[in-house]
Amino acid sequence: MKSSVITFPGSNCDRDMDVALTKFGFKNKMVWHNDKELPKSDLIVLPGGFSYGDYLRCGSMASKSKIMHSVINFAKSGGLVMGICNGFQILVESGLVPGVLLRNKYLQFICKNVHVKVENKDNTFFKNLDKKVLEFHIAHNEGNYFCTNDQLKEIEDNNQIAIYYCDQNGNTNDQINPNGSIKNIAGIFNKEKNVLGMMPHPERMIDESLSGEDGSIFFKNLLNNIK
Amino acid sequence: MKVSAVITLKKDVLDPQGKVIHETLDGMGFNSVNEVRQGKYFEIDVKENDPKKAKDLVEDMCKKLLANLVIENYKIIETQ
Repeated sequence: MKSSVITFPGSNCDRDMDVALTKFGFKNKMVWHNDKELPKSDLIVLPGGFSYGDYLRCGSMASKSKIMHSVINFAKSGGLVMGICNGFQILVESGLVPGVLLRNKYLQFICKNVHVKVENKDNTFFKNLDKKVLEFHIAHNEGNYFCTNDQLKEIEDNNQIAIYYCDQNGNTNDQINPNGSIKNIAGIFNKEKNVLGMMPHPERMIDESLSGEDGSIFFKNLLNNIK
Repeated sequence: MKVSAVITLKKDVLDPQGKVIHETLDGMGFNSVNEVRQGKYFEIDVKENDPKKAKDLVEDMCKKLLANLVIENYKIIETQ
């Protein structure tokens, strides 16, 4: 299976993502933001980082870069696109997934492990996943998911909420919400479920001795689902 | 000509920075503040001398890049 990771100026999780995808069997290519054409891919990943120094709004400049025209066309024709952290911010700014990511509610950069509950397994990203709660890592300043009431109703009606921040038993409540996100939302899909944006970093959880392996579970499962 | 755009957060969007600024002002003795909302101001010099066209151009920029209409409103001010 072929994947492509887009590098924007200021991306800093692009190589981690390359390591993770390669480790679990993807043939991965790195793609520069100024390129126009995407290599033939089964999965496109927009990685984490601080593209364009987070100028204007996080992800806003990167969402207008040359390669994004191809990424948007790829997504609109049903291709799998995943945006992690800053990649999620780029996805909302490009309009591929609804809503926005505001500054964290308590104005702090958050860097810690969190648990997330996988709500919807009726999609390529989480189908057949045998765990309901995963431990991932978050590191962000703007991860506070927000959308209008009308958008919230629409994403709930269409089962577009992918993952929620929760405790290790899968309970979601205000105490466990790290950044003030509406409904503890940590990740959402587009309507067709071929685009996933999420703040947590699965690529940071792929080494047994360093981090635990919930990221490994996620990537192995994803590869099997794409095959 | 120069055209300015002011971007403000919509009414229902939480503005934690504005809230902290409000509290700090309060602590400094400015006790008559009801609310503070932080926004952005852009001064854009466009190659266009017709005021209407210049404003339309900046409005298009606001819609496509400068503002995120999910959370922000924009106001165009003709400055020169």
